[in-house]
Amino acid sequence: MRAVDAVMECLKAEGVDVVFGYPGGANLPTYDAFVDAGIRHVLVRHEAGGGHAAEGYAKSTGKVGVALGTSGPGATNLVTPIMDAMMDSVPVVFITGQVRTELLGTDGFQEADILGITMPAVKHSWMIQHPLEIPRVLHEAFHVARTGRPGPVVVDIPTDLSKVDIPYEPVTDVHLPGYQPTTEGNVKQIRQAAKALAASRRPVIYAGGGVISAGASAELTEFVTSDRFPITCTLNGLGGFPAPHPQWLGMLGMHGTRTANYAMDEADLICAVGARFDDRITGKLSEFAPRAKFIHIDIDPAEISKNVPAHIPIVGDARNILGKLVNEYRALDADAGRLDEWWQRIGAWQEKHPLGFTDSSDEEIKPQRAVQAIYEATGGSAIVCSDVGQHQMWAAQYYHFDRPRKWLNSGGLGTMGFGFPAAIGAAVGNPDETVVCITGDGSFQMNLQELATVSENRIPVKVLILNNGYLGMVRQWQELFWDNRYSQVDMGQTPDFVKLAEAYGVAGVRLTRKDSLVEDLRAAIAIDGPVVVDISVTREENVYPMIAPGAAAREMVG
Amino acid sequence: MGDPGTKELLSLEELEASGQMRTGRKHVLSILVENKPGVLTRIAGLFARRGFNIDTLTVGPTDDEHVSRVTLTVDGALHPIDQVTKQLHKLINVLKIRDLEPADTVTRELALFKVAADGVQRAEVLQLCEIFRGRVVDVTRRSIILEITGTTDKIESFESLLRPFGLVEMMRTGEIAISRGRGET
Ligand SMILES: Cc1ncc(C[n+]2csc(CCOP(=O)(O)OP(=O)(O)O)c2C)c(N)n1
Repeated sequence: MRAVDAVMECLKAEGVDVVFGYPGGANLPTYDAFVDAGIRHVLVRHEAGGGHAAEGYAKSTGKVGVALGTSGPGATNLVTPIMDAMMDSVPVVFITGQVRTELLGTDGFQEADILGITMPAVKHSWMIQHPLEIPRVLHEAFHVARTGRPGPVVVDIPTDLSKVDIPYEPVTDVHLPGYQPTTEGNVKQIRQAAKALAASRRPVIYAGGGVISAGASAELTEFVTSDRFPITCTLNGLGGFPAPHPQWLGMLGMHGTRTANYAMDEADLICAVGARFDDRITGKLSEFAPRAKFIHIDIDPAEISKNVPAHIPIVGDARNILGKLVNEYRALDADAGRLDEWWQRIGAWQEKHPLGFTDSSDEEIKPQRAVQAIYEATGGSAIVCSDVGQHQMWAAQYYHFDRPRKWLNSGGLGTMGFGFPAAIGAAVGNPDETVVCITGDGSFQMNLQELATVSENRIPVKVLILNNGYLGMVRQWQELFWDNRYSQVDMGQTPDFVKLAEAYGVAGVRLTRKDSLVEDLRAAIAIDGPVVVDISVTREENVYPMIAPGAAAREMVG
Repeated sequence: MGDPGTKELLSLEELEASGQMRTGRKHVLSILVENKPGVLTRIAGLFARRGFNIDTLTVGPTDDEHVSRVTLTVDGALHPIDQVTKQLHKLINVLKIRDLEPADTVTRELALFKVAADGVQRAEVLQLCEIFRGRVVDVTRRSIILEITGTTDKIESFESLLRPFGLVEMMRTGEIAISRGRGET
């Protein structure tokens, strides 16, 4: 069969049911193979949209996402989603077309050294050198993307090689001698961690996105509730532990709750699970959790002691390790009363500094109120994608995630334009769920061409724009740190999003009334198919509380 | 949002103080890699991206045609060496890494020196060469090329002695290293 037909066979063997992509000269053979392959292909309107859609699919389903692009500009348009997937450890296989082998290195038409361009942004990458290696490389690619610390991989296929007639035999096992992720977790270290936890008087569990990629939420919950451990999650970890739970302190970090950040600050032991001590979490590193010892559980050994020295490192799969840790911990029968004082201290913070905002009786809709209304209107059960900015932080603060894989956002790279296409991927992967995208007027304009994709395919994404007419988060920083000198943050003539949606054949709804917000949202979300909802919100509202960049947790403001 | 967010001006001194500083401790990493295209780029790229500084880098075949050995010396940046090795381990074509202890390691470098020496000076240069167990590989009326192998220290002291005679050019390969005793490097 043609090598491209072998590509299709590999995709099927890997259980791929949908790919997101965009054709061009160099991947024409691949697109020809789609005609008979029986694999769903969603034609996006920009390769970046396809890449983020594959991420949204992967994040929401736990499966590997697949995105396709042609050579040159098609491939370079994928760079942002590739980096995004790298930063958030999302398993995506990116397949790019490449110019004919005889043209390689000649600056041929639509040639780009995509392997070179993406090398710092991938978990691994391959350029096909010989058509016979196609099946093996593709299976290796899926294996590498999915296992260990998940991540993006790139497979670049020169167009001439993809047309060659090759014998196809299914590849059953992958052998990569230099790639053997540790999954088990050292028993001695787990025991040591259990002992440290049993002895600590002010412990905090700090969970990140790794808990969700590892599918370890149930184990995490069991571990946390095996005693009264206080727990906080990162932006990417939200939903890894049920938010309404009494042991939940809220999110931590730059826009986390005071309770979570103060608890980290005063903790004597911090148990980090699948979290990487990002600077948005630690603030000023030298003043981060100054009294704490650290247990660090992570699948990636390079994360251990990268930013914060770990006293007890445990490398391996979080699900596996937490399972064992619970047993070890239970066997120790720790003193039940020792956390009383700690909880009193935490309780006092919770009482004094609840998450809140002032909502005057004027007509304006506060963005925080809008998120609360979205929560109510969806019964708290939607898959929520967000973009990047203030709306993202409000969504994180006021939509209470109680399950994993319900909150998709670009945490590591902070990519505006992620939300809408990611929602497309999530909706394609989860046809029975309500998928909303909480976005800003700025972010939405970064990938709104995908309105054509949702329209054509009737993908029922509900785009909810918190429209403040500003690049709100940047405006907030200019207000707080640059003496109100606003520069290039007023979005000026924002398009009429309702008309825009309608131009694409998508329903558009404008919401300006505060008193009926929940009902209006409910009605808008209930519209069959894709919908764009433009919600006018207070123009100059800030996200609080906040740890200023480079400051310490104790110096939280707002 | 990017960093730093605040408008305070940094002084150049502060910036320099926050940067990397050479610790003086040299590490010799011996890295076995799959003999595949792009491996060296991945290694070099990783060092550049993480801000680790490479002092010397040599690559050569091993007894297994699928495997090459990279010998790499780094001067201890602020980054602890185990961060360097852990990051390297994440590269899928990297098979094995050893941070060789200087005391347990034999290291060698090859250097070629071209010296513009004639007459009396030439005799002196040849004498030096003999003391350092170098070899003469080319002689013309006005210049001579010497070859020397040895530790970096030895090559450097040879160089400083030769320099006054009129050193035209010098080529050095960078170090290769092997651990002492029977065990594999
Ligand atoms: C691609 C990209 N460019 C620039 C930024 C910097 N940035 C971070 S937040 C933000 C403003 C976002 O505005 P909007 O989407 O309207 O959301 P709001 O903050 O108003 O809720 C910008 C420009 C970014 N994160 N991503």
